[in-house]
Amino acid sequence: MTDNVYSYRFQPTRVRAEFFRLLPISLFVVAFGAAFGLAAVQQGLEPLQALLMSTVVFAGASQFAAVDMWGPQVSLVPMMAVVFAINSRHLLMGASLYPMLRDMSPGRRYALLLLLTDANWAVSAQQYQSGRRNLEVILGGGLALWLAWVLGTSLGVYFGGLLQDPHSLGLDMVLGCFLLAMALGGNKTPRTLVAWVVAGVASMMAWYWLPPNTHVVVGALAGGAIGFFWLEPRRVAEPEPEGDRS
Amino acid sequence: MTLETSTTGILIIIALMALVTLATRWGGVFIMSFVRINPRIESFINTMASSVLIAIIVPMAFSGDAGAIAALATTTVIMLATRRVLPAIGAGIAAAALIRFLVG
Repeated sequence: MTDNVYSYRFQPTRVRAEFFRLLPISLFVVAFGAAFGLAAVQQGLEPLQALLMSTVVFAGASQFAAVDMWGPQVSLVPMMAVVFAINSRHLLMGASLYPMLRDMSPGRRYALLLLLTDANWAVSAQQYQSGRRNLEVILGGGLALWLAWVLGTSLGVYFGGLLQDPHSLGLDMVLGCFLLAMALGGNKTPRTLVAWVVAGVASMMAWYWLPPNTHVVVGALAGGAIGFFWLEPRRVAEPEPEGDRS
Repeated sequence: MTLETSTTGILIIIALMALVTLATRWGGVFIMSFVRINPRIESFINTMASSVLIAIIVPMAFSGDAGAIAALATTTVIMLATRRVLPAIGAGIAAAALIRFLVG
């Protein structure tokens, strides 16, 4: 085992490149951040409180849900249960990066995970499928997304929503389309396709019949079960050489 | 257990939200550090990873309006045809905006 030799080294130029790679989608994150900031102040949060939340929580969907449950009094347990349920996908996302993260010292590993979110994880996971190791996108891309989220929130709390109606412009679909493009860009073996069908069906069943916000984890675990029982020889991921971009 | 949304109360709520979210960011990796990675676990992880995306997107499509479905369908077609991410997303968003303009 190589557990005592932390072989993963960040390449600063790649961290910078990944920052710029996720800059386009970060612009849309600014718009969502503004929508969150507006929603938060409308629910009675002070601007600085909303900003603090975006800075330290950095998980959009769960922040919207929490602010939705806001009032003169807040029931802590239901709110934290909702926050946990919505963010429980991070558990699986982090676990999927472990084969790369174990080559990094625990300090760096857990520090890096502070920036883990859907978009940068999707890029890293997709590249790992095709045999490339890219944790730089978690750092560089994550910084871009986090800055955009905080900047967007500050615009929203001080200036209101940037756009009259992001929905009519289709902007609510940016993240969905991005994640879909990542899924389709990964390698598609018969095993993957079977796993996707199982994941899709299981997530829909959870959506209809299980408590809210459990569908992502249920679907992902159901798809993962296909991989657990259906093994396929695959090559070991190698560090991506400098300048090799997809 | 309820909490007044006074200044202190709000700070406590935000701190708890941050802790719960941090636990989700750290928890999966923490648990994996006790698991010996063998080919079966590796295979589970890889299949599960792409299934996360599907499990987010499929309910989004089924519960979404015509614009959402148009966006996802357009992204699928362009992505499979060109394998380029930004055009695929751009076309998807444009499709949603167009459908919502026509139908909405």
